[in-house]
Amino acid sequence: MGKPVPAPTPETRPFFDGAAAGELRIQRCADCGEPFFYPRPSCPFCASGAVEWFTASGRATLYSYTISHRPAPGFEQDAPYAIAVVQLAEGPRMMTNIVGIENTPDNLVLDMDLEVTFEQRGDVTIPQFTPAGGH
Amino acid sequence: MAAIAGAAETDEIGVLPGHSTLRLHVEGARNALADAGLKLSDIDGIASVSSPGPIQVAHALGIQPRWIDGTGVGGTSFLLHVRHAVAAIQAGHADTILITHGESGRSRVGSARGSMPASSPNAQFEAPYGVFGPPTMFTIPLLRYMKEFGLTPEQLASVAVAQRKWAARNPRAMYRKPITVEDVLDSRMISYPFHLLECCLVTDGGGALIVTSDERAADLRKPPVHILGTGETFESPLISQMADFTTSAAFCRSSRDAFAEARIGVGDVDHVMIYDAFAHVPIYGLEDMGFVGRGEAGPFIAEGHTSPGGSLPVNTNGGGLSYTHTGMYGMFLIQESVRQLRGEAAAQVPGVEVSVALGNGGMFMAAGTLVLGNRKP
Ligand SMILES: [Zn+2]
Repeated sequence: MGKPVPAPTPETRPFFDGAAAGELRIQRCADCGEPFFYPRPSCPFCASGAVEWFTASGRATLYSYTISHRPAPGFEQDAPYAIAVVQLAEGPRMMTNIVGIENTPDNLVLDMDLEVTFEQRGDVTIPQFTPAGGH
Repeated sequence: MAAIAGAAETDEIGVLPGHSTLRLHVEGARNALADAGLKLSDIDGIASVSSPGPIQVAHALGIQPRWIDGTGVGGTSFLLHVRHAVAAIQAGHADTILITHGESGRSRVGSARGSMPASSPNAQFEAPYGVFGPPTMFTIPLLRYMKEFGLTPEQLASVAVAQRKWAARNPRAMYRKPITVEDVLDSRMISYPFHLLECCLVTDGGGALIVTSDERAADLRKPPVHILGTGETFESPLISQMADFTTSAAFCRSSRDAFAEARIGVGDVDHVMIYDAFAHVPIYGLEDMGFVGRGEAGPFIAEGHTSPGGSLPVNTNGGGLSYTHTGMYGMFLIQESVRQLRGEAAAQVPGVEVSVALGNGGMFMAAGTLVLGNRKP
């Protein structure tokens, strides 16, 4: 069994289309201006239905994480691996994996700078994060 | 308001491969009726959650209720059922309400496996990153808390140690052997920074409650446990979207409402039950309810204040870490609060008059709070 592949809906499709194009696209409210994640048909801050997409910078910091020693189906080769929540430079937070670095507590320091990268997963592309300026 | 007139668990809890989920509901219900000294024909309302749900439980028991609640917000659903039952009784929609829980959480006999549709927000924006149930989701906020407030691994481990001290006094607890902080830190890493002994049990079991008016409860077999205040709310179905990883907004809001309705402050509380799916949840709960200041719960627990003989007895049945955890532990919070208020707990605390139960649903998703007392306000 492979890693889970998300099934986009019409409301979330622009996010995954953006990922396929190498961009982190998220939403903001045209009325109150607040950016938010995950994609929704209505602003969670002011209830406006006027939501729009924009391309985020792809910069983020490490907000918190756990390191799973029991792999989820499809992640057998990865354990132990971190399940992280990052804070985007624009403000919203999202769950992700941290790639390009061994996932140890010493390597994963809260508030470290990260940048987006992308993984092809079946027919869908998902964003991941890697240390900023890292190799 | 109203009162809990009957409260009982299944004959056994723990590992019960010979018990279906439905049997656990029915056994808990029959035991609660016997506890209250009531007959099935006295019941005119029913509440239960998920599978098999209130209809199937009512049908299996042979009752035809005129009030039904199937509110499902995970493991704290039963605290909400109690709240809704109070309202129904006050409105005249029912007189005597049965709330049941049964879950074959470990043996998976006659139970449904919950699964999210692949198009749900959780499946699109969390599952692709390798989450594997509560141990990899409920755990995520804690490193942020540790950085902000300096909580140490030893203090986190002390939560499991404190609760094992209570469990040691409770013959029904699954794990009773005393443990040390070193034992906890030496146990297998499950999901850093959580070790095995900082994660809850997985068990089979059930229980039920009977809620009725204060007046009716006064004439029944056991002394009534009055429902003094209640609260319910949710924060986010996605753990990644919690507003602040160092506090549960849901714990704060549901508890604020329950304390206000009961017209009490933390100083009036003699006994506390906090849903401990993982060792950090009582830390969040104590702070979010206001028993200690922000960042103070770790030292408070490590110093023994919640342990036997301490100033604030917490999770006196041994909790989800040592007593039992069927997957929806909320029922067992209420059962222990009732036992303490009746003076019939295995690890009885002297002089309990006000007990607070704080329930969690999902991973910091939803919360329910009950303020219970053995005297009317
Ligand atoms: Zn808005």
